[in-house]
Amino acid sequence: MESRKKPAALVIGAGIAGIQAALDIASAGFPVYLVEREPSVGGRMSQLDKTFPTLDCSACILTPKMVDVGQHPLINLMTYSEVTAVEGEAGAFHVTVKKKPRYVDEDKCRGCGDCATACRMTGRIVDTFNQGLGKRAAVYVSFPQAVPLIYTVDPTACLYLTRGVCGKTFKCKDACPSGAINFEQKEQLVELDVATIIVATGFDLMDPRKKPEFGYGMYPNVLTGLEFERLCSAAGPTGGKIIVNGKEPKQVVFIHCVGSRDSHTGVAYCSRICCMYTAKHAHLVRDKLPEAQVTAFYMDVRAFGKGYEEFYDRVKQERVLYRRGEPSEVYKRGDKLVVRAEDTFLRKTVEVETDVVVLATAVVPRSDAAEVAALLGLERSPDGFMKEAHPKMRPIESTRPGVFIAGCNQGPKDIPDTVAQAKAAASSAMVALTRSAASGK
Amino acid sequence: MQIDTLELSEKLGLYGCIQCGKCAGGCPVSMKTTLDVRYLIYETLTGYLPDPTHMEELWDCTCCFTCVERCPKDVKPAELIIGLRSLLVENGTIPKAVTDALQGIFRQGNPLGFAREQRAAWADGLDIKAAQEGCDLLYFVGCTPAYDLRVQPIPRALAKTFQAAGLNFGTLGIEESCCGNEVRRVGEQGLFEMLVEEGKPLIESTGAKRMVTTSPHCMNTFKKEYGLSGVEVMHYTQLVAQLIADKKLEFSKKVEKKVTYHDPCFLGKQNHIFDEPRAILQSIPGVKFLEMDRSRERSLCCEGGGGRMWVEGTNMEERLAFQRVHEAADTGAEVLAVACPFCLLTLEDAVKVQKLDDRLRVMDIMELVNLAL
Repeated sequence: MESRKKPAALVIGAGIAGIQAALDIASAGFPVYLVEREPSVGGRMSQLDKTFPTLDCSACILTPKMVDVGQHPLINLMTYSEVTAVEGEAGAFHVTVKKKPRYVDEDKCRGCGDCATACRMTGRIVDTFNQGLGKRAAVYVSFPQAVPLIYTVDPTACLYLTRGVCGKTFKCKDACPSGAINFEQKEQLVELDVATIIVATGFDLMDPRKKPEFGYGMYPNVLTGLEFERLCSAAGPTGGKIIVNGKEPKQVVFIHCVGSRDSHTGVAYCSRICCMYTAKHAHLVRDKLPEAQVTAFYMDVRAFGKGYEEFYDRVKQERVLYRRGEPSEVYKRGDKLVVRAEDTFLRKTVEVETDVVVLATAVVPRSDAAEVAALLGLERSPDGFMKEAHPKMRPIESTRPGVFIAGCNQGPKDIPDTVAQAKAAASSAMVALTRSAASGK
Repeated sequence: MQIDTLELSEKLGLYGCIQCGKCAGGCPVSMKTTLDVRYLIYETLTGYLPDPTHMEELWDCTCCFTCVERCPKDVKPAELIIGLRSLLVENGTIPKAVTDALQGIFRQGNPLGFAREQRAAWADGLDIKAAQEGCDLLYFVGCTPAYDLRVQPIPRALAKTFQAAGLNFGTLGIEESCCGNEVRRVGEQGLFEMLVEEGKPLIESTGAKRMVTTSPHCMNTFKKEYGLSGVEVMHYTQLVAQLIADKKLEFSKKVEKKVTYHDPCFLGKQNHIFDEPRAILQSIPGVKFLEMDRSRERSLCCEGGGGRMWVEGTNMEERLAFQRVHEAADTGAEVLAVACPFCLLTLEDAVKVQKLDDRLRVMDIMELVNLAL
């Protein structure tokens, strides 16, 4: 062993990009702090059911990596934590991380869930992991494969934390077999010295209410792609059954490019993942509802990746009707929704009745991307995503030396591209770490 | 007639079109007539545009601008239709009803064939100040409200409301001329420019800081196409909603009615004024407000705009107004409230033809306000 302490890396965000980058750097022998705002690692990928084009179960390929980051001796996993300050420069960053109180002792919690069962708010709190389609308790884990498998008290939902009182005794405390519930926990600030930083803070999806013509938020059977993903997931609120408005739909209509490539929403770019996840969703409908009528309205299909065009071909052969024309409006007729669109090949405007409409909403920068960029001293490109030092030759470097970007915070991308970029960011970080180690800083 | 489609494509920025069909897909008449604005764009771009003299469907467009509102690439599909109509105007091949309306505007300042001297007759006995003498608020009445007997009660109610609220307002009296909103939309660009040249200095000379219109159509062109300086243009629903919020207008009577509201395209879709009309209706004591499914941005056009108040268009059997009044009646409403003179006339006619007059009455919001004062 070297006597000198090895320089460390900070990875912000523990979705698939941050997980992959952290694993690569740690495997090379450098210590990594992996900071995640949510109570569990996993990010968006953990919300997915299957992945295109191979239809691998998302959890099956992601969970082993989640477990690895949780167990790797060189990875210091800091979940439910946020970076609040970054000072210094490449090779010598000084970082402050805020550890939010879980009100659950991380060393004692065994993840049994007795607290959640006992909680007075069980089944009453909107489950954001399930895109609001399910309900949970005020003390929760996001999903069963969570890493770490430690419960967290939601400070916005817990009766005691919001109102100062929760009956005569704390039900969660009474139920916990290991005495892990601890309302005395306070926020902690942790100071870190790192040589390099990887930013992997992910993306948001556009609120489809920005396109009011589609009736999202007005009709419960108009869903976003991510909501539909949760319905398809065996671990989701319906146990993987596609049930909307209490019944299995007979017709499903998918609408591509909702908010993307659209001057009105300010999202001029193509979101890159929607064509393929819509094809995947269409396949899942066919798989689970063999008799359902499945229609996808599109303006262009962009199946550019390895195996993608083949997947699109396959899905079409599964009795999925692709109709060319971007729908203009969704409204109600009786108990059906009507999608009004010009079928541009027919040169006719058609009304297609359906039980469910699924909107392929645009990938957009995280709602706090501006704050994160300011915190880290990064520039953003006009689309709001983090800016590369050079769009072609230095695509992994941010505009601040020593800080690298990976995944969808740099722009929309699918899982293969995200993992590739994460590995590239890890490689760049390892160059910085190696140089730092050599210079003895 | 020969058309330079290259010039037209460039002038109107049609090259940006991705042929997604969102325009035609949302076009209110695209399911009942042969008008397909998406295809027209492609025909223009490729030089395959047929002779527009024979395109009767060009007169089907209501200029509701749903296509413009929804185009993801900022192409303005309706402007192509207006552009083609312009060429027909130059060529002299336009429907007679349009020619008559335009001549009326040229000669008498209104499309309805009435004398200019009669333009202020609606205000008899109201003692309204001449805006030319100077005022804070200019009330622009509009042609149809000034002359049409069915619509006249609306400007009267508005004038009385402004008086009750103590506003220093005036009108242009018989000097008021057509705003030209529809003139531009039927393609008579020359006449439109003349109306702006004459109207703009007249309006600005009043010194009014605010200008309110009865019709959303007038408001639209004053706001977007006149380049008025120092004058804030608003629709009456905005002003009345403000008066109610400021407690300058208080209701003394109850109007025990179930009321739904039809968003006029020029007010809602094109100018995003959705909340104020609803706020007025909901503040009237006794009114039970009911919303139709297709409302706000998804409101169904009544088919009375863009020159369609003068020219019938093809396929008059399936009027959208017929569908619309049934949608209104289906909510259980007794009153279908509107905030546009053309919506009022079009929908009222539809109520009669559809024999819904025993269940549903079409009223302007100001008529309801008037009942409650």
